[in-house]
Amino acid sequence: MLNYTEKEVANRKALVINPAKTCQPVGAMYAALGVHGCLPHSHGSQGCCAFHRMFLTRHFKDPAMAASSSFTEGASVFGGGSNLKTAVKNIFDLYDPEIIAVHTTCLSETIGDDLNALITDMTIPEGKYVVHCNTPSYKGSHVDGFTNMVSGFIRYLAKKGPETNEKVCLLPGFVNPGDMREYRRIMNLMKVPFIMLPDTSGVMDTPMTGKFEMYPKGGTLINDIKDVGNCMATIALGLKVSEPSAAVLEKQCDIPYQALPLPIGIEATDKFVMALQDISKDEVPYALEEERGQLVDIMVDIHPYTFGKKVAIYGDPDTVLGIASFALELGMIPKYVLTGTPGAAFEERARELFEKFGMEGCMAKEAGDLYLLHQWIKNEKVDLLIGGTHGKFIARAEDIPFVRMGFPIIDRYVHSYMPLVGYKGAMRMAELVSNALLDYRDRTCEEKDMEMVL
Amino acid sequence: MDSIRERVLDKYSARVYKNRKDHVITLDSDKPNAVAANTRAIPGIITQRGCCYAGCKGVVLGPIKDALIITHGPIGCGFYTWGTRRNKAFADEVDGERAESYIEYCLSTDMQEPDIVFGGEKKLKAAITDAVELFHPAAVFICSTCPVGLIGDDIHAIAKWAEKEYNIKCIGFSCEGYKGVSQSAGHHIANNQLIRYVIGVGDKEPVKKFSVNILGEYNIGGDGWEIEKLLKRCGIEIVSVIPGGGSYRDIKNAHLAALNLVQCHRSINYVADMMLDKYGIDWIKVNFIGIESCKQSLRSVGEYFGDEGLKARIEEVIADEVMNIEEDLAFLKGKLKGKTAALYVGGSRSHHYQMLLKDFGMKTVLAGYEFAHRDDYEGREVIPDIKPDADSKNIESIEVQPDPKYFRVLLTEEQREALKEKGILLNDYPGMLKDMEDGAIICDDLNHYETEEFLKILKPDVFFSGIKDKFVVQKSGILSRQMHSYDYSGPYAGFRGAITFGNDLFMGLSVPAWSYIKAPWKRVPNIAGSIGGEK
Repeated sequence: MLNYTEKEVANRKALVINPAKTCQPVGAMYAALGVHGCLPHSHGSQGCCAFHRMFLTRHFKDPAMAASSSFTEGASVFGGGSNLKTAVKNIFDLYDPEIIAVHTTCLSETIGDDLNALITDMTIPEGKYVVHCNTPSYKGSHVDGFTNMVSGFIRYLAKKGPETNEKVCLLPGFVNPGDMREYRRIMNLMKVPFIMLPDTSGVMDTPMTGKFEMYPKGGTLINDIKDVGNCMATIALGLKVSEPSAAVLEKQCDIPYQALPLPIGIEATDKFVMALQDISKDEVPYALEEERGQLVDIMVDIHPYTFGKKVAIYGDPDTVLGIASFALELGMIPKYVLTGTPGAAFEERARELFEKFGMEGCMAKEAGDLYLLHQWIKNEKVDLLIGGTHGKFIARAEDIPFVRMGFPIIDRYVHSYMPLVGYKGAMRMAELVSNALLDYRDRTCEEKDMEMVL
Repeated sequence: MDSIRERVLDKYSARVYKNRKDHVITLDSDKPNAVAANTRAIPGIITQRGCCYAGCKGVVLGPIKDALIITHGPIGCGFYTWGTRRNKAFADEVDGERAESYIEYCLSTDMQEPDIVFGGEKKLKAAITDAVELFHPAAVFICSTCPVGLIGDDIHAIAKWAEKEYNIKCIGFSCEGYKGVSQSAGHHIANNQLIRYVIGVGDKEPVKKFSVNILGEYNIGGDGWEIEKLLKRCGIEIVSVIPGGGSYRDIKNAHLAALNLVQCHRSINYVADMMLDKYGIDWIKVNFIGIESCKQSLRSVGEYFGDEGLKARIEEVIADEVMNIEEDLAFLKGKLKGKTAALYVGGSRSHHYQMLLKDFGMKTVLAGYEFAHRDDYEGREVIPDIKPDADSKNIESIEVQPDPKYFRVLLTEEQREALKEKGILLNDYPGMLKDMEDGAIICDDLNHYETEEFLKILKPDVFFSGIKDKFVVQKSGILSRQMHSYDYSGPYAGFRGAITFGNDLFMGLSVPAWSYIKAPWKRVPNIAGSIGGEK
């Protein structure tokens, strides 16, 4: 397993090996699926669209519908304008979405198609919408693609009217439908009216009914996207993924925002709840307080198994930082935290976390890859590995217990229905982490040391 | 039956209808049954097709285990083709010569904006240097993605540079995603380079009298290994598998085999044809999916070599394999007979799996290919009638000459005639349609709309397709099994594989969850209870 990974970390000049990121468009496609009645559209070769649909489908085990401009060599030379025009007409004719959300690809970006101009010149049926965002695959990662699509919806649709709607615009970050449902539950418990953009719950976790719905019940309504222009404030969850979109909304509609880390773990969830309380000016309901207390109780209960354990965490910046901070709260040592997504802020934020908990010798890396992470682990082993599916080869090669969290998880089921966020999400994480460690102990300890009770 | 086709196509606008009408036919043996194929997908019509890169790197090259593939481009393309096709392989050593397996690795130049603006050649060279220093590979393949062709990086010059600099085999594949109309273009580009730079490089002669290459077998779920086992049992030497579980080490000797067995016609027929012209090696279209097909394929090989001892061994192997599965086969036939299926897979499996379904007494009501050409439907006799269009002309078609050193004449004209009389087709593929019944719908590049509509009308018991439409179909209450990845099961090839397939299908049809789709309160026609106002 991964037998060619060298222990010695040599400075690579150019080669990325076993990436911990993918390209922008897949994030844009996922964000667009979180708008009700929306068909995402990939402006490029049809292979991009096929790959992204394949990946999203494999993560969510639910259909990921999207169309493509199906570029040929001719379009690549002369521009993809007529392909997009034809595509939009065909899509409205045949699939009748409320809105088409176009994202670009490295192909259409390299040839320089001007999407603004193309969409302006297009005939769009009455009451329907076409929006776009630029997602050059050679910049950033899938996380930036998600951000750019959310900003695209805001740019095209959010309008400021004369009156506030007394709602909060909630930017959820690149999270699962299970997380979005948990946000909704917390917002409702806190009695804070809100519009969440996007909202993939009810789209990427649809029930089996015996009838396929191309546009399932879920997703942010177009009218609600327009209405975010009238929100009294934005709460942007995920400093990397959501803050830039909050800034766009602030600039466009003068809506103040508060950017918070993804509410993963106890402190980040506390911050989220406090921010909501600041808006509701009301007591935090006992139901939430009880959950929090349960979580703390669990954290005390499991500490003999988690405290001092070294963990390596990889994936998307906000998710990794959230998991790392919960690991620290559990008394674990986040020995290595790594993201493939570029952005220096990741390392700074990780170092702040390490310092806060008095950790020494922990390493953080932005724009890293799993080959490097594996090399680090070969040099100093960890007790637990947390991340998406692609790390399972490292886990097997080095015999490390492994917990799947984040994106993409393409080899396990049910995860996308379950939250990581909020106190409930933290309870689930506590269960996943302690089970993995204890299962490993039960599997590997000597027979004479096997315990009935733990 | 034709009304089904019309009912589905009727909703199209005039322009889309004009395009799609020739891709969709109702099979009728009294008519010519031409199927338009290998033409552009229509923008906006949700196709399941992928791109040239997917066909070249993802399909044909990806499985070659000891070739270290560097994707030159932004990160996504390499990432999406990393471990996603189930082409199994492991490192091994044969006669002291080792073939590594890099299957678990994904290498990319991860091009950034400055590389797009100023060119990515420097970065590619540096990436090759990194790769050579870390992996010490025998061969490096460079696969281009869309922007590379647009900005004009010369990957072929860099490949030449790397060969000199590091004394390795290094080959460039210009498989930018926008080329051609589907994965098919990528197959062709990969085939061309394999003929140019790999096959013919080695000089290791086969040991046995009967030697073959297995072409167009991808070892999904271990299929290739199953086929190898069968052939070896019969006493046949496998010189190379191109590409599933195969290696640069072995493929470079492929020209020394006596016969080529073509499993997937679409993706590898170029290599088969060019090996015939260049080395004089005949090819036989085989199909190791399905019990009767397996028997027929093995017997064809026996007839080709014409050796009585070999033929006897083949019969022994067949008898033994059949005996081992008889009981399971009878059980599955009892469960599956009369059920109907629709198939939409790449360029061969829609045909291959129909033969397996027939073994169980199942009927195919709809079949289509994602990236086939007309010959895959109608047979190679239509090749002269296929008019090249702007897209197909852009894909290089190479002419090869008989190799002065290795060209051989393996059969006399009399032997060829004798084989023909026995019904053994040499260097030919009759296509899928001849194995299908009248009334079946044939649909090339079946798109999302057509999938939904046809399935609503035809109501098959199972739809065999890929991951993108699997859950669409299952949401509507119809079982869908992935025929690209076998839903992570397999192997499905060979005699035992047929039973594994049948068991998986029976499992899917009988899982209790299907019976719970309707909640019990929805099954009650009226709400029982007292009428308003009454006590």
